Amino acid sequence: MAQITLIEAVTQALAYEMAHDDSVVVLGEDVGVNGGVFRATQGLQEKFGELRVLDTPLDETTIAGVTVGLAAQGMKPVAEAQFEGFIYPMMEQIACHAARLRNRTRGRITVPAVWRAPWGGGIRAPEHHSEANEHLFTNIPGLRVVMPSSPARAYGLLLAAIRDPDPVMFFEPKRIYRQYKEEVPDDGEALPLDVCFVLRDGTDVTIVTWGAQVKEALEAADALAEEGISAEVIDVATLTPLDFDTIAESVQKTGRCVIVHEAPKTAGFGAEIAARLAEECMYDLLAPVERVTGFDTHIPLFRLEMKYLPSTERVVEAAKKALAAS
Amino acid sequence: MSIAAKFEIEYLQYLDAEGKQVRDDLPEFAKDLNHMVELYKLMLSTRVFDAKSVALQRTGKLGTYASCLGHEAAHVGVGSAMKPEDVLAPSYREYGAQLYRGVQPREVYMYWGGDERGNDYQNEPARHDFAWSVPIATQCLHAAGSALAFKIRNEKRVAVCMIGDGGSSKGDFYGAINITGAQNLPMVAVIVNNQWAISVPRKIQSGAPTLAQKGIAAGLFSIQVDGNDIIAVRKAMEDALDRARNGEGGSVIEAVTYRLSDHTTADDARRYRGEQEVKDAWAKEPMVRLRNWLVAKGVWDDAKEEAWKAECDDWMDNEVNAYLETKTQPVTAMFDYTFAEVPADLAKQRDLVISLDKKAH
Ligand SMILES: Cc1ncc(C[n+]2csc(CCOP(=O)(O)OP(=O)(O)O)c2C)c(N)n1
Repeated sequence: MAQITLIEAVTQALAYEMAHDDSVVVLGEDVGVNGGVFRATQGLQEKFGELRVLDTPLDETTIAGVTVGLAAQGMKPVAEAQFEGFIYPMMEQIACHAARLRNRTRGRITVPAVWRAPWGGGIRAPEHHSEANEHLFTNIPGLRVVMPSSPARAYGLLLAAIRDPDPVMFFEPKRIYRQYKEEVPDDGEALPLDVCFVLRDGTDVTIVTWGAQVKEALEAADALAEEGISAEVIDVATLTPLDFDTIAESVQKTGRCVIVHEAPKTAGFGAEIAARLAEECMYDLLAPVERVTGFDTHIPLFRLEMKYLPSTERVVEAAKKALAAS
Repeated sequence: MSIAAKFEIEYLQYLDAEGKQVRDDLPEFAKDLNHMVELYKLMLSTRVFDAKSVALQRTGKLGTYASCLGHEAAHVGVGSAMKPEDVLAPSYREYGAQLYRGVQPREVYMYWGGDERGNDYQNEPARHDFAWSVPIATQCLHAAGSALAFKIRNEKRVAVCMIGDGGSSKGDFYGAINITGAQNLPMVAVIVNNQWAISVPRKIQSGAPTLAQKGIAAGLFSIQVDGNDIIAVRKAMEDALDRARNGEGGSVIEAVTYRLSDHTTADDARRYRGEQEVKDAWAKEPMVRLRNWLVAKGVWDDAKEEAWKAECDDWMDNEVNAYLETKTQPVTAMFDYTFAEVPADLAKQRDLVISLDKKAH
């Protein structure tokens, strides 16, 4: 079985589902001949033709709105936003229509669409290419916000997203697109949405994160282990609807929680998890919840960007701070 | 100097304001006078329906309502040309087209009366049409996406969107006609140019002499029609639908009409619009000219008019009663359609609302 990267897992999932379901179509800028600027759709147009892998005019609003129209007619479109920083023009269509049509029509019209976007910083990209703004979508009812953190989860979660009857934002952490390979059987097995994955068991502190920061979280857990501290690591994977129970269960056990994300701190999704912990797990907590996040600044150009992104050291420190408190 | 492109926009009209025929080449459908009477009857029902809606709002039985007074020819012209299998993506006032496609007045009342079930049209072919779109022009892209689905699946169907003159300024409209041209999609965009976008007049929307010509930039067939002349609207629409169905591409139709009402029941158009302008517009309104034409042909008269009005009144009264008798949805309805299945986390909020609701009773 072949070892593949996260981006290859995306391609593999798209190819699998397109081969097994005629209603799946891929659309976006450069997704056809070029196979996407990151090559996520490489080879698909050759296999499935120009109509099922459609290069659109360069207009994000068009891509988003046409996706709604396709989905409303029973197709399963997978639209690509070339970079997360260009997703803003899509938001009107996603928020006003994709997320609402089921509710607006009492289930008469539904939108089984997926929007994929290469997400986040850390690849020395130009301005507007490194945004982490998943929190803008977690506040929109009717949307699923999903972020894989490994090749296997990219494959399984993307299959699940395409098969889901409701609209899904699928944010791909591009910093780890090609970071490592993993065996991912091309068996069409989806992973469940709406559940967190516990990647590492621990008893002293819970580290909650998603997407690219899973790497720093696992590294931090390794470093902490060397000092005899046992950290549990949770990959949230589906941010909304949130599987809070898994997080709560872990924090009830460890009494301590560090939330790690790349997006700005204020009103980032970490704020939601921290608030829920305060509401529902206050008396299980042995220390204040720690957040290790991006700053409330624009992500800097690449000379400074690694200073912005949460580092393994910051996660380790936050865990130790939580442990030091009483 | 050589010329890279040249274009003309045709203006189509069959009936003038008095109902005099200005062209001899009547289209086939217009030679069938029984059919023309049917179209007139639906225009009249639309007008009666609209008056009823405004009255309901004035007595507190509807929320804000967007009237279609003066748009009857444009709307019925579009709806009547479409085939059942086609798809309509309307904005929020195209009732004339929708009634033709099976939307029931009670559903319109329900929507403006604060109940989402108004969008769950029960009758075909409206049942497979889009619901009203409030964010301006966004529905044009849904039509383009639908047309793309028809092309991918090789179905002989056409998607139609309707927007206002204001809506034609939005990028969504341009994006929709642009991809329609680029992909040769079976899509027809109808601009109902009623001269006003709330208080902003047509000339502030665009420096172009016609709105139809925007279609030229997208590579579409484009025409301006007298939007108060149902024969012109219907003819342009039929031709556009035929072309789309035959794989000859999309069209933009600008139907020039006038909004005789306030923008919505929450608006007072006297603040920005001169009395004389409205008076002049009434002299060109769509009902009179078709009625005069039908009367001259000997197929319509005052007695028929009164009889049909009375029938419409009964119909609307019946619809109003059905609407007023509809019970409010259970409080759980706000959760039940957010996703296909209520996710566990949302189910907890749903339980909370059920318990709050029980306490309140
Ligand atoms: C995106 C958006 N911006 C603003 C509004 C508020 N609004 C509602 S109707 C309207 C004017 C629309 O005019 P036009 O497109 O000409 O259509 P008409 O109502 O005259 O039929 C505006 C600005 C809206 N609904 N959507």
